[in-house]
Amino acid sequence: MLSRRNPQLNANGELIHLLSIEGLPRAVITQILDTAGTFLSVSERDVKKVPLLRGKSVFNLFFENSTRTRTTFEIAAKRLSADVINLDIARSSTAKGESLLDTIANLSAMHADMFVVRHAESGAPYLIAQHVAPHVHVINAGDGRHAHPTQGLLDMYTIRHFKGDFTQLSVAIVGDIVHSRVARSDIHALTTLGVPDIRAVGPKTLVPGDLAGMGVRVCHDMAEGIRDADVIIMLRLQNERMSGAMLPSAGEYFKRFGLTADKLALAKPDAIVMHPGPINRGVEIDSSVADGRASVILPQVTFGIAVRMAVMSTIAGNEA
Amino acid sequence: MTQTLNLDAEALYAALRDGVRRLLAERPDAALVGIWSGGAWLAGRLQADLGLPGEAGTITSALHRDDFGERGMATGAGATKLPFAIEGRHIVLVDDVLFTGRTIRAVVNELYDFGRPASVALAVLVDRGGRQLPIEPAFAAARVALAPGQRLRLVQTEGGRLTFDVKERT
Repeated sequence: MLSRRNPQLNANGELIHLLSIEGLPRAVITQILDTAGTFLSVSERDVKKVPLLRGKSVFNLFFENSTRTRTTFEIAAKRLSADVINLDIARSSTAKGESLLDTIANLSAMHADMFVVRHAESGAPYLIAQHVAPHVHVINAGDGRHAHPTQGLLDMYTIRHFKGDFTQLSVAIVGDIVHSRVARSDIHALTTLGVPDIRAVGPKTLVPGDLAGMGVRVCHDMAEGIRDADVIIMLRLQNERMSGAMLPSAGEYFKRFGLTADKLALAKPDAIVMHPGPINRGVEIDSSVADGRASVILPQVTFGIAVRMAVMSTIAGNEA
Repeated sequence: MTQTLNLDAEALYAALRDGVRRLLAERPDAALVGIWSGGAWLAGRLQADLGLPGEAGTITSALHRDDFGERGMATGAGATKLPFAIEGRHIVLVDDVLFTGRTIRAVVNELYDFGRPASVALAVLVDRGGRQLPIEPAFAAARVALAPGQRLRLVQTEGGRLTFDVKERT
């Protein structure tokens, strides 16, 4: 039977896969953030490459399309000197009827060392991690509504960079919380790092009251939700939700929950505004805020490379 | 048991300071770069004691180590900080203990990620022998023979005084 031990950690408590932030000890998260700090400077050197993963093959398996996330993983792996193979899986084997585990078995026979997996089904990366050889590592690049742990970690890196200490912060996460794997990963990370005040802000259809069980305060009013916040994380409003009758219209949503300069003024004067991208200007965030002084959306992208380098080098150096 | 117990780090530091002063006299525009962590303390102190302008650089071997496959990512290994251009510059690397030479190989690679230096020389407090690579220091304040299983490490006490710590490797 499967052990009840966290499948991401080996017997010594070291990270061997990154599947979810849930259940990761604070020390492991902090170590990744510290390591990312070292890698941040690598991207500013004349030679933007270090040899830690030289000779290793990283397979990007995106069963769900995401050019940007795939690219950031590709850049991170290449700056660690790995060979990167991008598989357009949505249009290949699966379309021919091959099962997920058969795909993995075939790629393992090509001597893959690491799989970066995005999948529409929650839990797919767990399934893969349970079937790979002990020296092979798996990173979850987003699975269904479940988790997007590297986004969660890069958000924590960003918050630590601009705010330093987690234990005094008020963090508001605004938007489609219920469908968001980013929100879920952020909430687990913020909780583990000791943030005392986490607010989930949005309409009742997207922020159900039972989220309070995750240790967050649910706010259906934007003003209440972002008042005196140190950090505001805006989520992308997924257009497909609009047709599902969960929202009246994009215009109505923007009026109530879109982040404008007026609403931002309710937060702390030095508040930062984050967004996992891609942003929908005029839907969840006003251009003046997205491009404004409080916005750290582009630094997030830069930090994201360093954090992914940190995750890859950490798990690659640990044995199952 | 061994003579390491008689190593007076402060006395050796005075010898290192004189040795580095001579190296710098031959390379007037040279920059000091200390290897994290013991070498970085030494380089910082040398920078001040020799009246050199600006800050000494700090360099870590973490990203170019050859034992990554066995030991994994080095944690708490500091970060490289080079507050000057490397391209065309004479560099004097400073470290506390020189042993196999593998750390030096790694930091020379790290240095080259920032540019092509005019020259790289090495000054150390103690050369303990046991080299596994063709690397020699331009200056060593002491040369001692230690058993391979012994670990010699520079320790900074409160108040900044330097002492040596000897441990049997487990």
